[in-house]
Amino acid sequence: MEQMASLKPYLRLSGLEPLTLRPETNFVNVGERTNVTGSKKFARLIKENKYEEALSVARQQVENGAQVLDVNMDDALLDGVQAMTTFLNLVQSEPDIARIPIMIDSSKFEIIEAGLKCVQGKCIVNSISLKEGEEKFIQQAITCQMYGAAVIVMAFDEQGQADTKDRKVQICYRAYKILTEQVGYDPQDIIFDPNIFAIATGLEEHNNYGVDFIEATREIKDLMPLTKVSGGVSNLSFSFRGNDHVREAMHSVFLFYAIKAGMDMGIVNAGQLVVYDEIEPQLRQLCEDVILNRNNENNEATEKLISFAETVKGKGKEEKKDDTWRKTSVEERLKHALVNGITDYIDADTEEARLKYPRPLEVIEGPLMDGMNVVGDLFGSGKMFLPQVVKSARVMKKSVAWLTPFIEEEKKNNPLAGNGNVPKVLLATVKGDVHDIGKNIVGVVLGCNGYEIIDLGVMVPADKILDTAERENADIIGLSGLITPSLDEMVHVAHEMKRRGMKQPLLIGGATTSRMHTAVKIAPQYENGVLHILDASRSVTAVSTLLGKEKDNLLKKTANEYGELRNQFLNKNKKELIAYNDAVITKEYFDWKNYKPTKPAILGNKVFQDFDLATIAKYIDWGPFFIGWEMPGRFPDVLSDKIFGQEATKLYNDAQKLVEKIISEKWFTAKGVIGFWPAVTNNADTVTLQTDKGEVKLEMLRQQLKKAVGQPSFSLADFIKPAELGDDYIGAFSVTIHGAKKYVEKFAAEHDEYNKIMVQILADRFVEAFAECLHEKTRKEYWGYAANETLSNEQLIKEEYKGIRPAPGYPACPDHTEKIKLFELLDATNNIGIELTESLAMNPPASVCGWYIAHPQSHYFGLGKINRDQLEDYAKRKGMSKEEAEKWLRPVLE
Amino acid sequence: MTIQDCLKERILVIDGAMGTMIQKHKPTEATFRGERFKDWHIDVKNNSDLMNLTQPEMIQGIHELYLEAGADIIETNTFAATRIPQADYEMGNLAYEMNVEGAKIARRAADKYTAKDPSKPRFVAGAIGPLNKTLSLSPDVNNPGFRSVTFDEVVEAYYEQVKGLVEGGVDLLLIETIFDTLNAKAAIFAIKKYFSDTGKTQLPVMISGTITDASGRTLSGQTLEAFYTSVMHARPISVGLNCALGAKEMRPHIEELSQMASCFVSAYPNAGLPNAMGEYDEAPEDTGHYLEEWAKEGWVNIVGGCCGTTPDHIKHIADHVKNIRPRQLPVLEEEVVA
Repeated sequence: MEQMASLKPYLRLSGLEPLTLRPETNFVNVGERTNVTGSKKFARLIKENKYEEALSVARQQVENGAQVLDVNMDDALLDGVQAMTTFLNLVQSEPDIARIPIMIDSSKFEIIEAGLKCVQGKCIVNSISLKEGEEKFIQQAITCQMYGAAVIVMAFDEQGQADTKDRKVQICYRAYKILTEQVGYDPQDIIFDPNIFAIATGLEEHNNYGVDFIEATREIKDLMPLTKVSGGVSNLSFSFRGNDHVREAMHSVFLFYAIKAGMDMGIVNAGQLVVYDEIEPQLRQLCEDVILNRNNENNEATEKLISFAETVKGKGKEEKKDDTWRKTSVEERLKHALVNGITDYIDADTEEARLKYPRPLEVIEGPLMDGMNVVGDLFGSGKMFLPQVVKSARVMKKSVAWLTPFIEEEKKNNPLAGNGNVPKVLLATVKGDVHDIGKNIVGVVLGCNGYEIIDLGVMVPADKILDTAERENADIIGLSGLITPSLDEMVHVAHEMKRRGMKQPLLIGGATTSRMHTAVKIAPQYENGVLHILDASRSVTAVSTLLGKEKDNLLKKTANEYGELRNQFLNKNKKELIAYNDAVITKEYFDWKNYKPTKPAILGNKVFQDFDLATIAKYIDWGPFFIGWEMPGRFPDVLSDKIFGQEATKLYNDAQKLVEKIISEKWFTAKGVIGFWPAVTNNADTVTLQTDKGEVKLEMLRQQLKKAVGQPSFSLADFIKPAELGDDYIGAFSVTIHGAKKYVEKFAAEHDEYNKIMVQILADRFVEAFAECLHEKTRKEYWGYAANETLSNEQLIKEEYKGIRPAPGYPACPDHTEKIKLFELLDATNNIGIELTESLAMNPPASVCGWYIAHPQSHYFGLGKINRDQLEDYAKRKGMSKEEAEKWLRPVLE
Repeated sequence: MTIQDCLKERILVIDGAMGTMIQKHKPTEATFRGERFKDWHIDVKNNSDLMNLTQPEMIQGIHELYLEAGADIIETNTFAATRIPQADYEMGNLAYEMNVEGAKIARRAADKYTAKDPSKPRFVAGAIGPLNKTLSLSPDVNNPGFRSVTFDEVVEAYYEQVKGLVEGGVDLLLIETIFDTLNAKAAIFAIKKYFSDTGKTQLPVMISGTITDASGRTLSGQTLEAFYTSVMHARPISVGLNCALGAKEMRPHIEELSQMASCFVSAYPNAGLPNAMGEYDEAPEDTGHYLEEWAKEGWVNIVGGCCGTTPDHIKHIADHVKNIRPRQLPVLEEEVVA
């Protein structure tokens, strides 16, 4: 028995990637700069609507090691709901930022809720508290739970914010009980913020705040070990505003002790935390005294720190960032910006490239397209994912926007450079399909490149696409589709384009489309250019080439490629086949040693000249009867079907009456012959029968389709015992219904089509029922290998019996020529009057024949395609020419 | 016997593709319209959910083929029966009715088979699909902050769907083919809200995400573990993956999921990847073989098929996993330290 797996109750958060707080996680940095109350710069950017720059503040936090991003939009002059929504939506399209979980920070719950509506990952809500009583607290906690967020609970109750250790612990514990017992919060999803207050303010009652927090943390973690403790660290050093050097040292020292006491995460300026050991010893000592409230009678320690602070004021630190890429060539920089989706320098870099290249357009066709191709390759190989590609397109757009006025200018100055008409690309998702994300992306990417996009939307009929294309004089038509039926619709559009004599190239894209399908099915419909576009990033190269002087070359090249693909498709194996010899080796093996075959009660033939029709009628399967009449639905449900029920019931009643007539007036004569012989195999595909006229060899065919490892390649021969293991048997049957022809002709002469078809269908049902009936009698009596079988008619129809009766010409043994041997063995033509036509069909048409195989694990299967090596072997075994064998086996031959 | 009981005992089989089976009927525009919508003012072809109203027998017939093949759980034909995607056919106002009828049709089929063999109860899962609009991605690349739909609108649409499914009589709710986790979170929100509003006992929820590309992420960019973390507040009875990939490509992701999931694990891949002709051609025995291997590894509790799978696939899957012990739920420890 495998060991039972176990899962630990860790706090699990997520952005695009997971963040799990394990014991060894140590401390989680929550980036604080995306907070309008804490960062003036960020506040200004948001107020001035400079969201793009505001995003770079977030990016900086991530680059500097923030593991969670705190976002706060609490400002009296801001519409907080709107600002939170806009900023978080933008963050979601920046994969390098959205990678980490978001902490939605507000004192207004409606802003928190607005934030929760924008983020797919598991967030932290910062914060809720008992400030306004239990009822509100519970209600807000339930809401947070519905969004699947972890919550920060501030140590705040109806009396106010907790400042002493005891009150902090007591409020947190009260909140914990409510959350876990009444709301049903998982303890690991609860984070406490026991309030970090400013110390060293000069007021003595503030001096112990650091110690209160640290000691409260220790007790909270003892009391409620699965919960977490967080805090806003910057508050601590509030009185040293403007002196980052001292503040950073204080934060580091504070965290050093708080983390030891169990603090799990903190809101910090990621990137501005000095390492504890790196702090100069004097400053570190001073910080320790202040934070731990040591040597601090009469504010002694505080005073010392303040005077130290005076000496280091204004010592700033420079931001560090990996910008080595800025030192590379302009082409490399553009590529880097595209791949990483960085817009910060794109204008400057584009300008530099514009000056370097002879014409602005060449910047697009050169370095920008090179970059987009890299993006395409990375996406194709799974190294980029969609949101990142979308960002790349945005960089592209900015760069193109920079170049556009120069391109326009050039056109004005040189009328030969362009006729002023922007090329038009018409895009549509084809009829019957409503998917358009990919098409929209193509539209945007092409739009970025200066083409005019006519987007007809989704479910667009071919006529509308082509009418619009003609009216608008579109230069290129692009079709998109995601679902399989769209492929046929695209073929239809291409066909229509040819009929209308259109000239513009046709682009094909979308998830189910492929180069192969385009080559095989669509391209042959339309000769003026059909191209499959792998993804949006490739559309620009294709379109720009098709509109340039290289168009004919590209179309010719593509036509050649597609021609080759078509050949491959038609000639080469559609599915991989294995060698026939290997297929024989992977035959299906049975436990023959423990299998004792039943000797048939009769050996040789038994003929039935006039089998009782009433007995046969009991075996009729009415399902196919309705299929014969092309009625949808299953029997017997079809009789009560809302739409077809009435008609079906009438049909059924008429059929019942006719069956009675057929039986009582003996319209039909049921004849059959069965036979049984000792038989063994050669461990391959030959079955050798012993008859009183000597040996007869039956030749079977074997699957050659490559299957999953361990899956056998089926052949009917596998169900018969190999010669060296002892005796086994095989049987055969042939049954027919005579007499139907006379009535069919009679009704035809009377122009009674209804009864004519009825008789034909019933004759088929009778002969199938007869085969079923004889098979049962064979199992129970004539062969007797399942003498005790008791199955209902329904179970018979579902083939729940043991053993099979495969028919030559059907999926398991598709070679019709084996029927000749079967007929000879049973002497079927003489015995029961069935003729084999030249094409080996049976006459009368209501006839069935097949083999009886008894092995309890024998089963039906489809042969699938076979290869030439088996064909040659088979022809040799049968003593047939290869050409002859090929003629009969063509449908299964690759 | 509840589904929880069944899941402890054996691997349950969920049905295969509905769309694939509908296409086999070669439906025309007229088939979709039926009598009731014969004069509808725009095309409705391929609106499969509409068939709950116009071709209920066909849909029930398909359900029954899957039940016959051995499916323990059948999914209602309501994948896109929500106001938002239905707006493309201007049938938003019919969404609720499509869900009620879709649930009833599946209910009839399942009950019929449960009655035949009460020792093998059949369950109806109300299928809740991903919508054609996403909450995490902008359709306008120039304006990445733009969203074509709001969270509240999505909640409202799903709420209506959940109401229809529950009133139509489903046994469980299945949020599936999740390619934007925020859409799924809106669905979870709607479910919680519906059961809280009505005071009804909440039905079990199954969650099934979709890994869409070679990077091993969802379309909205989340890794599998991030996705799992983001939806676990639904307290689902199972979490799993479906669609986009064949069994071969899905295998490593299912293995990963089975290591982390605290609930039951489901997997219903496509019948391989579409071939060049857009057809799914993985043989039923191959699909069955793959899933059998997963079952033997002890990774799964619910298996079945998505796009391109047929009753034959489901029969093979059912036969292959029949006697294999289901994945055991991991022990949830109560302490962090080992």
